[in-house]
Amino acid sequence: MTAYLIKNVSLVGAEPTDLLIRDGVVAQTGPGLAAPDATVLDATGLVALPGLVDLHTHLREPGREDAETVESGSRAAALGGYTAVCAMANTSPVADTAGVVEQVWRLGREAGLVDVQPIGAVTVGLAGERLAELGAMADSAARVRIFSDDGHCVADPKLMRRALEYVKAFDGVIAQHAEEPRLTEGAQMHEGEVSTRLGLTGWPAVAEEAIIARDVLLAEHVGSRLHICHVSTAGSVEVLRHAKARGVKVTAEVTPHHLLLTDEKAETYDPVYKVNPPLRTADDIAALRAALAEGVIDIIATDHAPHAVEDKECEWAYARPGMLGLETALSIALDVLGPQWDLIAERMSRAPARIAGLEGHGLDPAPGVPANLTLVDPAARRVIEPAELASRSRNTPYARMTLPGRIVATFLRGEPTVLDGKAVR
Amino acid sequence: MAYPPAAQSSPPRQPSVKVILAAADVSRVVDRIAHQILEKTQGAADTVLLGIPTRGVPLAKRLAARISTFEDVTVPVGVLDITLYRDDLRRHATRAVGPTDLPSGGIDGKRVILVDDVLFSGRTVRAALDALSDVGRPASVQLAVLVDRGHRQLPIRADYVGKNIPTALAESVKVTLAETDGADEVKLYGGTPS
Amino acid sequence: MIRHLLSGADLDAATATQILDTAAEMATVAGREVKKLPALRGRTVVNLFYEDSTRTRISFEAAAKRLSADVINFSAKGSSVAKGESLKDTALTLQAMGADAVVVRHPASGAPHRLANWVDGSVVNAGDGTHEHPTQALLDAYTMRSRLGRLAGLHVAIVGDVLHSRVARSNVLLLSTLGAKVTLVGPPTLIPVDIAAALAPGTDVCYDLDAVLPGVDVVMMLRVQRERMNDSYFPSAREYARRYGLDAPRMRRLPEHAIVMHPGPMNRGMEITPEVADSPRSTIVEQVANGVSVRMAVLYLLLGGNNR
Repeated sequence: MTAYLIKNVSLVGAEPTDLLIRDGVVAQTGPGLAAPDATVLDATGLVALPGLVDLHTHLREPGREDAETVESGSRAAALGGYTAVCAMANTSPVADTAGVVEQVWRLGREAGLVDVQPIGAVTVGLAGERLAELGAMADSAARVRIFSDDGHCVADPKLMRRALEYVKAFDGVIAQHAEEPRLTEGAQMHEGEVSTRLGLTGWPAVAEEAIIARDVLLAEHVGSRLHICHVSTAGSVEVLRHAKARGVKVTAEVTPHHLLLTDEKAETYDPVYKVNPPLRTADDIAALRAALAEGVIDIIATDHAPHAVEDKECEWAYARPGMLGLETALSIALDVLGPQWDLIAERMSRAPARIAGLEGHGLDPAPGVPANLTLVDPAARRVIEPAELASRSRNTPYARMTLPGRIVATFLRGEPTVLDGKAVR
Repeated sequence: MAYPPAAQSSPPRQPSVKVILAAADVSRVVDRIAHQILEKTQGAADTVLLGIPTRGVPLAKRLAARISTFEDVTVPVGVLDITLYRDDLRRHATRAVGPTDLPSGGIDGKRVILVDDVLFSGRTVRAALDALSDVGRPASVQLAVLVDRGHRQLPIRADYVGKNIPTALAESVKVTLAETDGADEVKLYGGTPS
Repeated sequence: MIRHLLSGADLDAATATQILDTAAEMATVAGREVKKLPALRGRTVVNLFYEDSTRTRISFEAAAKRLSADVINFSAKGSSVAKGESLKDTALTLQAMGADAVVVRHPASGAPHRLANWVDGSVVNAGDGTHEHPTQALLDAYTMRSRLGRLAGLHVAIVGDVLHSRVARSNVLLLSTLGAKVTLVGPPTLIPVDIAAALAPGTDVCYDLDAVLPGVDVVMMLRVQRERMNDSYFPSAREYARRYGLDAPRMRRLPEHAIVMHPGPMNRGMEITPEVADSPRSTIVEQVANGVSVRMAVLYLLLGGNNR
């Protein structure tokens, strides 16, 4: 195993120092380190962060390998600074059995670019009718702890209550896609002025807020952990703030795109901007940013959702919802939060690792800690070219935008997955 | 209307301008054409004057007025817009369509005299003949112009010509009339006639 | 000059007025023995219809043929996805065929906008989903202007299912541009609350038809699909007709000069009674005839010159 001596690196925004990685762990930190056997990287101007952890990734394998595979998604993740991603269950077949989650977990190990932690479905086939074998998935080699029907809401309140209760046995958490389905039938975009103008069926904010309100009350009632996926509205923030003040064990995520893009993007009718939940208004963005800074929203999660060209190069109503996110998330965070490195580390690494219960991830570089980390050049600016992305898909909403920050290197347990801004394999 | 209009609308490179007809000349020329029409049509019976926009329209009205002054006959006047019949539509941004206004008696079986300001390539007249055949079936068609500047591109000639002006292709002829431009005048831009 | 006509918002007052004026000239052709003009000779207009709409297709077809364009009717009923060929592939096919204009009717809002990215020719929106139908708004404006002599200062009530109506959206945009005042009338479930902000500030909303009728110059009744009651937009067809249908007693509340419009096809007995539809105030038949003239004007203005 190669040792790496990273010179003049700022550890999570602190004064520059040196960092020695040996045998998969951080061996030493401090100024003026020397290690004759180590490969030396000059990291002047770079910031080391604990490897990013994404709680919400769609890797599409098995089923839609034309859009993404575990390997291509892992590479995209590593290039985005991630060392662990949680793979959502809406594959084909659905990850609702021990067999499927173990397959995804194994594919992740084989790719070896990030730790791929499968998320299990809450209900069989994501159909919202009966519980999947949550315990079997928890006991499998994949050790599933997060369960989600993402893409679908667990709308039945009794089923949701049971799921929240049941996963307490293995310290699991239900990650809810909050969308009251009766209020979003045929919905295409945020319900508001723009949807009225464009004649696209609206997805009202209340459809999200009503489910979050119900579920925080359910979680409180049964004393369970609840995680809310991709919070998108100012009203949801208020519900979460209230719930957290009452001591409900609820965590919440926001996506990079909901922190940056508004529903006005739909005016082109280009489905690259179609996503679920939909892009909201500038007021929602302001509330989400404030909630993220304050901690009402705990983490940034990408909802990386690759789609094949034919699923996006079509009429808006026929397009699949979703956007790429892994390779641009840190840039958006930097753009939105500025160089608040401790906050970025908390929202993109430590807190998601805690929620997911991922050992060895989300830990700041310090002697003895597994060397899962990434090096960021905050001064770099890059133009996003869809064709240059590592994902198999091209549906980035940031095409040709100039974004700050660039991932220079990523280490997974001491081995580089990205060097000089390029994937090692 | 001279043709191609680009030669009229673009400002002349040479600043040289020559007045070919002054206001009094225009008036004399219109009178003469009116007399010629009366003579050639034996009193302008069963005759209709159709002006081609823009300046053919006031010219047709003046001719009708002079004819009725000279002989006390009323010659119906109408407007024939040829925009949709032009052969150069695709060379320009879309042209606004003007009204076509035929006299209430119609033109079927009548002698129609088309009236325009400048006869140049003949393409405007060609378009007018096509337009005419779509709106009726005159017994005969004649052409009256204030100025013939030559350079025909089609086998067309005028029956009544106010003034023949020999020109070079690079030159342009500009007719102004009181009704449309505030004053009567015919000017030659871009040099003297060769 | 505009290149595509996708929305009523594409037209400023000058361009919209030019279209109406041109349509007035085009209308004279209908009264001639030779109902044809050579202006678009050699141009190809494709009618690309993903929805059945015989009346709109025939109207565009007649308009294109009267201008001597070659017309290709491409009926692609059902969604392009369901048929297998994507809209983009269809667009590339039309492009290869040399279409100078594509007139598109599509069940998906925004499909004409997408098409405009993929073809070099002009795209005319002939109705997209629940979005817009700009030539319908133009023919409605033309009809109002020829009946009432002007558009500026007119008060127009648009009554019915505004939420799902492409006719209403295009009319609100165009009429506001041309200086008319619009009041939208219908049950609150069928009128988006932010419609004025979304389309044209100054647009009023009223839920009481009887209160609006005495003050309007034009009342435009929208088609209301009976299926809407199955989705709880209103309790029953009978209640809808009672509250928002135009019958003879309601028509008598209109000022003497006011006209009654309907984009068709009508649900007689639902939003309009036969007595009203067939009354002299009704412009429903004129609207159809004016449709051809207005579409001739639109095609001429888009294709009649070199507008690239």
